Amino acid sequence: MPLSPRENLQVGPNGELRHLLTTEGLPAETIRRILDTADQFVSVGEREVKKVPLLRGKTIFNVFFENSTRTRTTFEIAAKRLSADVINLNVGASSTAKGETLLDTVWNLQAMDADMFVVRHSQSGAPHLIARHVRPGVAVVNAGDGRHAHPTQGLLDVYTIRHYKKDFGALTVAIVGDVLHSRVARSQIHALKTLGVPDLRVIAPKTLIPAQVERLGVRVFHHMDEGLRGCDVVIMLRLQNERMNGALLPSAGEFFKCYGLTAEKLARAKPDAIVMHPGPMNRGVEIDSPVADGGQSVILPQVTFGIAVRMAVMSMLGSP
Amino acid sequence: MRRDLHGMRLEIAHGRVVDPASGCDKVGTVYIADGVVAALDKAPDGFRADETIDAKGLVVCPGLVDISARLREPGFEYKATLESEMRAAVAGGVTTLACPPDTDPPLDEPGLVEMLTRRAGSIDGAHVHPLGALTVGLKGERLAEMAELHEAGCVGFSQGERPLPGLAVMLSAMRYAATLGFTVWLRPEAKTLAEGGVAHDGEVATRLGLASIPTVAETIAIRTIVELMGATGARVHLERLSTAAGVALVAEAKKRGAPLTCDVGIHHLHLCDRDIGDFDANCRLSPPLRETSDRDRLRAAAADGTIDAICSDHAPVDEDSKQVPFAEAEPGATGLELLLPLTLQWGRDVGLKMPETLSAITHRAARILGVPAGTIAPGAAADICIFDAGRPWVVQAQALASQGKNTPFMGLELTGRVVRTIVGGRTVYSTGP
Repeated sequence: MPLSPRENLQVGPNGELRHLLTTEGLPAETIRRILDTADQFVSVGEREVKKVPLLRGKTIFNVFFENSTRTRTTFEIAAKRLSADVINLNVGASSTAKGETLLDTVWNLQAMDADMFVVRHSQSGAPHLIARHVRPGVAVVNAGDGRHAHPTQGLLDVYTIRHYKKDFGALTVAIVGDVLHSRVARSQIHALKTLGVPDLRVIAPKTLIPAQVERLGVRVFHHMDEGLRGCDVVIMLRLQNERMNGALLPSAGEFFKCYGLTAEKLARAKPDAIVMHPGPMNRGVEIDSPVADGGQSVILPQVTFGIAVRMAVMSMLGSP
Repeated sequence: MRRDLHGMRLEIAHGRVVDPASGCDKVGTVYIADGVVAALDKAPDGFRADETIDAKGLVVCPGLVDISARLREPGFEYKATLESEMRAAVAGGVTTLACPPDTDPPLDEPGLVEMLTRRAGSIDGAHVHPLGALTVGLKGERLAEMAELHEAGCVGFSQGERPLPGLAVMLSAMRYAATLGFTVWLRPEAKTLAEGGVAHDGEVATRLGLASIPTVAETIAIRTIVELMGATGARVHLERLSTAAGVALVAEAKKRGAPLTCDVGIHHLHLCDRDIGDFDANCRLSPPLRETSDRDRLRAAAADGTIDAICSDHAPVDEDSKQVPFAEAEPGATGLELLLPLTLQWGRDVGLKMPETLSAITHRAARILGVPAGTIAPGAAADICIFDAGRPWVVQAQALASQGKNTPFMGLELTGRVVRTIVGGRTVYSTGP
């Protein structure tokens, strides 16, 4: 029995971006517009005065229910380069600990005339819940929710790939590691599929592959030798500390032996393959130092592009 | 307290009388005297009705039997009260219901059960048959006093939503229940495989990044329970099947003659994991909504009798407990008032005749409880539901008597609305003239 149709929270009837919650269902045209806009912002960081006035007078709250200094910092820099006023809130340590509900926290901040919320939360779907309850005109950017999505990371990754590889239509891309718990992997998969990557792979042991992941349009590999063969792009995922020892994996050492990216394994990919990682890296766990620092690594450019992509998203949301 | 009106004589005239127990489905008149069905079609000698109800164009069937409806008392009055949910029951045409023991405190003491049934009895509404707690505090450690609880009115013993942590207690509980001839009600879910999960382990949980519950959590539990049934001779009722593989195991066990019955919640006959959409907390149910193929198998099994009964699995939840991220939302949906229209919809979808459709929420359900309900034959209690099978209505908060407004069907148009509910010959609900 079909339930009532649900509104598209992210994209308005005229294709305008209202919130950025996930890369799933984001039209290719919208993604391209974000990437093209980011192109213009890359140079801002190279100027002496690293600022444009697009969001002057706007108030952006970075509301982090889960700690992440790095991601919060990149959003903060992006917002400041757009001339917005930025307020950082580490809510995990304050309100919710006092028993305030998620929506109460948001409504309180909204009453302080917020224009945009950048939200990180340990529960999948929290940004959707917030987006459904903020007043019209207030935008929500998902900065990572549970295992669900990290859309700005996914977008900066496709930006990076486009920068180095130009055309998505002939690429072979492999995502390696803890796909099960990775919101980054999910956001990459949806964005890359939408942009037309014909051969998208995930490589991991069966314990770290989520159910029916092939229905997202990826091919599943369990061995690096096979999975990396002929790849143009190799994306390594971070392995969280708590996954390294337990029922999913025997040890960090064994993971590195089977799935850690070494020069030897990378040789299976195309000679001009690029190596990416969303950071922070665990050297010697998912990636070997010579590879992380080597000529094929684009890990640091990813960080630089990340600022531009977040500026693009925020400017599109904040200046309709 | 209804005694004063037991002398009341009622004539329900020209309705489409459907008695699933006998397969009867024809236009006729039901005569009620002294709280029981006095006759069908032909008035008893000297019968003079105090009230005649014109049921032309309406279905007259036994009052519905819902084998799982949470009334939330004692302890969860902020979610719902006995008064509100008893109103919801009769508004939904339900005249007999069983309530799970997962209240606060749980129904693990005779005094609590007696208090509940006494309170329920003082409200003019459905007959309430509590399920007693299988273990003290539902903690899965010590057995509850089953004989005492049975005497207080419990029709079976259940763990509610709290699966038994270990097999030793399950074995012991089944042995003890078998000694006294009681039915053990169990949710087939292997605790350690389901823990932390909030959605079916499939594409949707993968897309949404939700911790999942695999199908094997259900099948392993069913295999274990069936194995222990063989070892103990216990009679078991499986609560809320959710998987096609689980249905297959039940069919197999039944074929071998195991004293096993099972039910399905009405939501699982219509919805699947895709309906969660963008984290709709109203679709946070326990067990989780599974795949289309599971739903289709459940629909077929409820039709062919492998699944013995359909229940509302009524679980009113306060709004605050649903206005949180999906995984933190309290599972459950309000269902008492949706049971009839959704069952009718299922019956139409799978091509059943009206008596077959209604049997899953009347006499087949009553058989599980072991209570004399769910039939409209002469001599039976005059518990009757009169409904308009073709009447559309929209599910809206103000259209529901239940205090719980949490349903995935909110805003949807359903067909089939109760017009009048009669318990023991007395009208306890009516939509008016």
